[in-house]
Amino acid sequence: MTATMTTTGLGASIVMSVVQLVMIVLGGPIVLGVMAKVRARAEGRIGAPVHQPLRDLRKLLTKEPIHAEHSSAVLAIAPFVLVGTAAVAIAVSPLVTTAPVLAHSADLFVVVFLLLMGSVALALAGLDAGTAFGGMGSSRAMTIGALAEPALLVAILALSVQAGTSNLPKIVAATLAHPSWAAGPERLLAFVAFLIVVLAETGRIPVDNPSTHLELTMVHEAMVLEYAGPELAIVTLGEAMRLGFLLSLAASLFLPWGIATSTNPLNLLIAVVALSAKVVVIAVGVALLEVRTAKLRLFRVPELLTGGFVLAVLSVVTGLVTR
Amino acid sequence: MTLFLVGLGLGLAGAMAGATLPARLRVITTAVCGSGACVVTFAAATRVLASNHSVNFHSGAVLPLTGIDLTLDPLGALFIATTAVVGLAAICYSVGYTEHALRSRSAMAMFPLFLTSLLLVPATSSVATFLVAWELMALTSMLLLLVEHRHSEAARDAYQWYATMTHLGAAAILIGLVLLAAHSGGQTFTDIGTHSAALSPALRSIAFLLVLVGFASKAGAVPLHVWLPRAHPEAPSPVSALMSGAMVNLGVYGIIRVGGSLLGGGFLWWWLVVIGLGVISAFYGALHASASSDLKRLLAYSTVDNIGLVLIAVGAAGALSVTGHRALAALAMLAALFHLINHSVFKGCLFLGAGAVERATGTRDLDRLGGLARRLPLTAVLFAIGAFSISALPGFNGFASEWLLLESLLHGFAAHGAATLVALLAGVAALALTGGLTAAAFVKALGIGFLGQPRSDGANSAHEVAPSMLAGMALLAIPCVVIGVAPGLLASPLRRASAVALGAASVTPLRPGLGLDLSGAAGAVQPLLLVIAVLAAMALTAAVVRLVGRRGARRAEAWGCGRELQTARMEYTATSFAEPLGRVFADVLRPDHDIEVTHVAESRYFAQAVRYQTRADDGIERSIYRPVINLVSLWGAFARRAQNGSVHRYLAYGFVALVVVLVALA
Repeated sequence: MTATMTTTGLGASIVMSVVQLVMIVLGGPIVLGVMAKVRARAEGRIGAPVHQPLRDLRKLLTKEPIHAEHSSAVLAIAPFVLVGTAAVAIAVSPLVTTAPVLAHSADLFVVVFLLLMGSVALALAGLDAGTAFGGMGSSRAMTIGALAEPALLVAILALSVQAGTSNLPKIVAATLAHPSWAAGPERLLAFVAFLIVVLAETGRIPVDNPSTHLELTMVHEAMVLEYAGPELAIVTLGEAMRLGFLLSLAASLFLPWGIATSTNPLNLLIAVVALSAKVVVIAVGVALLEVRTAKLRLFRVPELLTGGFVLAVLSVVTGLVTR
Repeated sequence: MTLFLVGLGLGLAGAMAGATLPARLRVITTAVCGSGACVVTFAAATRVLASNHSVNFHSGAVLPLTGIDLTLDPLGALFIATTAVVGLAAICYSVGYTEHALRSRSAMAMFPLFLTSLLLVPATSSVATFLVAWELMALTSMLLLLVEHRHSEAARDAYQWYATMTHLGAAAILIGLVLLAAHSGGQTFTDIGTHSAALSPALRSIAFLLVLVGFASKAGAVPLHVWLPRAHPEAPSPVSALMSGAMVNLGVYGIIRVGGSLLGGGFLWWWLVVIGLGVISAFYGALHASASSDLKRLLAYSTVDNIGLVLIAVGAAGALSVTGHRALAALAMLAALFHLINHSVFKGCLFLGAGAVERATGTRDLDRLGGLARRLPLTAVLFAIGAFSISALPGFNGFASEWLLLESLLHGFAAHGAATLVALLAGVAALALTGGLTAAAFVKALGIGFLGQPRSDGANSAHEVAPSMLAGMALLAIPCVVIGVAPGLLASPLRRASAVALGAASVTPLRPGLGLDLSGAAGAVQPLLLVIAVLAAMALTAAVVRLVGRRGARRAEAWGCGRELQTARMEYTATSFAEPLGRVFADVLRPDHDIEVTHVAESRYFAQAVRYQTRADDGIERSIYRPVINLVSLWGAFARRAQNGSVHRYLAYGFVALVVVLVALA
């Protein structure tokens, strides 16, 4: 496996990273559409077509840009930081291939801190216009983020301890080499913790309701309330990319089969199809979960996230005890 | 060594100039001498780090009986170089700062003396010299605490706490070191180092615990941190920067020097205690930082947090070294020293930035700030660099060292022994928890303090501070970015220093290069490439938006739920920003809430005014220190009653005592 990784040329790596990027940039919004569709069907509605989020993005991009009166450059730059950091995280992570560009630096901690950078940028933007809503959203988002980040870090750390490295492509390669790991107790615990974090980081029910605009319950929506037009499109795209990325990362880390370990175009095609299938399955599962649960009160969310953190720590402990 | 002595001499000359020259010449002469001291000692330290050769100096002339012993080895040189950089920035900053404060004769004499003592401590190599330098550092910093707010209640309170804690700590260090010196037949560090292996385990453990108490209190480790969130905010800002950026380092230095190189590593449980201190400090400091709304208090608590992270790594290095994992120990020690340097740089920058904010607006209460990015644009950018560094965002130096810390703990899991593993797991959990809390705290500091609309007249009428103050901040902000994108530059000095710290042959945990590439284990990161990639992705997205979308943003009023007029009073404040986290961690923070409702005279159903106040005092101070203080003052009250000055009463005491003695003897 290592041999394959090192012999892959730079050109091939770039091509595969671009494939990953295109997949997530287009696929992220479609995943949102699929989740909305599943929700609609489960509630007895027909629902919008699955590519509706992409249409919304196109519509928003052509609208007039508007900035709030007292805002500074932070408001204008933050969306690009969000998308830029998400794009780099996507490009270097092993989603379609185990040999993406910069695979050497594709580190678990790098990915977590890149996502943190996007969150910090957006939280600062929420405070920039000096409104009550923006501050409320930023405060809540940072609270949830402060509790979700440790769970995410420790959940992936559990896999790193098992594989002896924090390099994501190497973790995936090690899992492929030891298929029995995937069913181990530490993997299951880490997977549940990871899913809880994904729900929190991407603002899904039961942590946040992406379709609400009620003051008392908004978290993410309050933070980005001042965005309009193209910048709103970029923020929405960034959020969709993060959702797509986290779901794909879950698929790659916990069920890596199908991922391309060579530059063979056929393998690549299989990998794209396999990743799409895995992500759609997880997304449908999350959507069904959303239909069946109510949103938690804001101050019950920490209990959920603490649960995730504890599961992640237990996963590391299990890994250490059973090795 | 001559170079280093010249540097110290320049520092002393600065102190003399400050004490004697007239006001006009005083500021510029001390600044020139002080910065000369920093530059020269920095050169001396880098020479030692580059050549990896220690140099010694002994003189019988200065201290009677023992003389002074100085040694510049790579470990000490690393600390001296760090102090010199922070010191240079603080001095540069103080030129502009002294227009209003810190220009009195005593302050101008103490400031260079404090700096000189900070540079001197890591170079001392005998118990007597060390203690003299240590006391000089404590006394000068105590006096500097008082110069700016001689009449302020808070400063006097901080001074009392600091004086008590630092003297108790110094007493513990004194006893510990003297105990070692007495049993190893010499008071130089070389004597102690060569004889320590022959000392009894109990003696070594007692000595280590004593010095650990002293050094941990200087480093600000919980529960000995209580002075730090009082003293660091109340000191003048250049002094705060030196305290948080250089003085706390020396606490860690002491632990490493005594535990690692003098006592040769000692026992596993010592280092588990250190990890425990680190875990508690990291978590407690980060939590209080995220709850504070006083900008400098927030920074002080985040110092407690970061020192905790460093102690976790120091403890891990010690534990791994004792259990025979040399390469892993070297990696952890390297991570600890790296984070310590980075913390000095970004915390120095942040404290200077907080001082600039205080100078420009007259307050450091975040609830009264806001909108400063427009009024102090350069300060805002420099403060933001510090804030991003401490939040460990990729491309800034905090990320590089936190990455190394996490890697060293992760690879430490390869070790065996349940106690070590549990300690490492606690360390990882603390690191993970503090990461998010720190980000929240600094989004608050930056977002509430610098963005939005001003919340007070002071913030509204603020102007950019003096150029020399900006230059001082820039001197520390630039290294944040340079180390952030090319952390590999520091690999070789760090490796040499950590080899001395562990008293072992040099293991190379990092491959050469601009990024960080672990040689013993799998793991690498190239921050430069990541930064370029992120910037490229941002530029590409912006280009697409420009091509597809319409240009020229229109300004419109922010959405206020249908309200026409929005004022700064409707904004979220630092207190409200921190409220959810405060509520989540209410068990640890235990905040006090006061709500006062004034009703209208006609009916109790209508409130005229509501006053809400919330405060998160230090819980450890309340539950551990207050009872002790109460006991002491109770004893004082009793002593005062017993001694009322009446001669008759004293005669009666004498008589009673005599009778008791006679009865007892009979």
